Amino acid sequence: MVENVKELLKAHEGITHEVYLDNENSTMVPKEVVDAMLPYYSQQAYGNPTLTHKPGWEAFETIMESAQKISKFLGTKILEEITFTPGETEANNLALMGAAFANKSKGKKIVISEIEPINVLHVTEMLQKFGFTTTKIPVDREGFLNLEKLKETVDKETVLASVSLVNNEIGTIQPIKEALDIVKDTNPETIFHTDASDAYGRIPLNVQDLKVDLATVSSYKILGPRGIGALYIREGVNVDKILEGQIGTQKLWPGVENTPLIVGFTKASELMFQNFEENVAHMRRLRDKLIDGIFGTISDVKLNGPKGEKRVSDNVNISFLRCEGEALTIELSLGGVYVSSGSACSRRLLQPSHVLVAIGRKFDEAHGSILMKVTRYHTDEDINYVLEKIPKAVERIRGITGSTGVE
Amino acid sequence: MSRAPLPYNPKVLELFRNPKNLGKMEDATVVAVAGNPLCGDMITFYLKITDQDVIEKASFESYGCAANIATSSVVTEMIKGMKIQDAWKIFWKSVAEAVGGLPSVKFHCGILAVGALKRAIRKYYQDKNVAPSWLEKEPTFEEKQALEEEQLADMLAKRMKKEGTQ
Repeated sequence: MVENVKELLKAHEGITHEVYLDNENSTMVPKEVVDAMLPYYSQQAYGNPTLTHKPGWEAFETIMESAQKISKFLGTKILEEITFTPGETEANNLALMGAAFANKSKGKKIVISEIEPINVLHVTEMLQKFGFTTTKIPVDREGFLNLEKLKETVDKETVLASVSLVNNEIGTIQPIKEALDIVKDTNPETIFHTDASDAYGRIPLNVQDLKVDLATVSSYKILGPRGIGALYIREGVNVDKILEGQIGTQKLWPGVENTPLIVGFTKASELMFQNFEENVAHMRRLRDKLIDGIFGTISDVKLNGPKGEKRVSDNVNISFLRCEGEALTIELSLGGVYVSSGSACSRRLLQPSHVLVAIGRKFDEAHGSILMKVTRYHTDEDINYVLEKIPKAVERIRGITGSTGVE
Repeated sequence: MSRAPLPYNPKVLELFRNPKNLGKMEDATVVAVAGNPLCGDMITFYLKITDQDVIEKASFESYGCAANIATSSVVTEMIKGMKIQDAWKIFWKSVAEAVGGLPSVKFHCGILAVGALKRAIRKYYQDKNVAPSWLEKEPTFEEKQALEEEQLADMLAKRMKKEGTQ
């Protein structure tokens, strides 16, 4: 199998330009971030932050300062409200499982949107074993939550509600404040969680203004290192820990704190918020250039998610009809353009992205979807290159499709 | 619901890049389809068959992934010049071998390609209204699998419609 990969990689030799747009699934980590992390591996603060010696106290200081910075970026002054976890998946698990278990006496109903990320969906499925039930609120064709349905659904038994601020696949910015008000008007006791991983650093975000109880943020979604994220837990909200072990500075996550990753996450956050307005404007311009370029050159395409201001600045998700997504990702890769697809082809389950299905895309439209996320590092030249490659790739794959499957 | 790594082998990649016998055949004797665009996996086979029941030429079109394209292409290569009776004996595993092996999540691509071939052969004799003794009456493994995949996709699509999401 490894030999196969070597051959696959060899097939990419001779590529003149490379544009990485699969920032949904993993990202490069900028040199500035890596440079900020490196001293913490071997020069300073490599101790355990709970122990009584200089490297330990250095680690403690570093982690607390990082938590302070992250709490400021999230709009709170209380650094104890930040719990570092090994990533978005873990933060969402902690939020949902931890809040459900800690508050089960208040009710056993959970309300989420239909388009929550897989980890939220899976945690709520798992919680069924403990007597919790989950209701999924539908979304409209652009991915906006049906607020009326939300109002009808939330009741006195609802212990927890979870709605992502920005959808990770189609970039819809939810009216989270309205959703939260609806939930709290009916049941002030309901704990409101939002996965803000795709909002953090891309739209203005202030947890105190939003009045959310729990919010997830993730390092790799903002060009930080993988393996680190955080859960904001508003003071006074009860969350149980979900893993057992040695507890240190992070009261809800056992194990030795990973100081270099925390530093990397913090540095990545600083870079994201430095020149925030300019960065967002830059991403938004490239996003629209990519969307308009594709719509201008290729027929039978559909934009997944809303247009303009209600779409997050980095997200491009387009369905190419009569063009299977996995084949398209390989064809583009051979041309130096790296993207992912909502196609089901890598699964035997035959189900494409649940988000695309939820917004009413037909299965074959979902199979032909491509997800791309631009960053502040992308240039006009990059986007021009992508716009040169995509029409050719789509044409070739459509050539293989021919009349197959055309109704 | 997991994503499996897909280290395609060089043969699959080569056939994906340069598929053999690609495209619609205008003078085909028989055309057969397997799969469903709903599963993201669909193949059309075109066969030109002589009066002596020999497959003179074969071509395909495929809406599907790299493995789907490669296995379809390899089947058209394998059966060219073959007697129909011999083509009928092709088992999906030999197709998977011919493309240098498939990741397990892609076995169904090889199965679907052979399912489409067997459907084409069955259809050919149905059109001619003859039933050779060697032609099994019961659907073969690959035909059953193709049907199962199509039904599953239909069922999922219907369920989505019922839930009002599609």
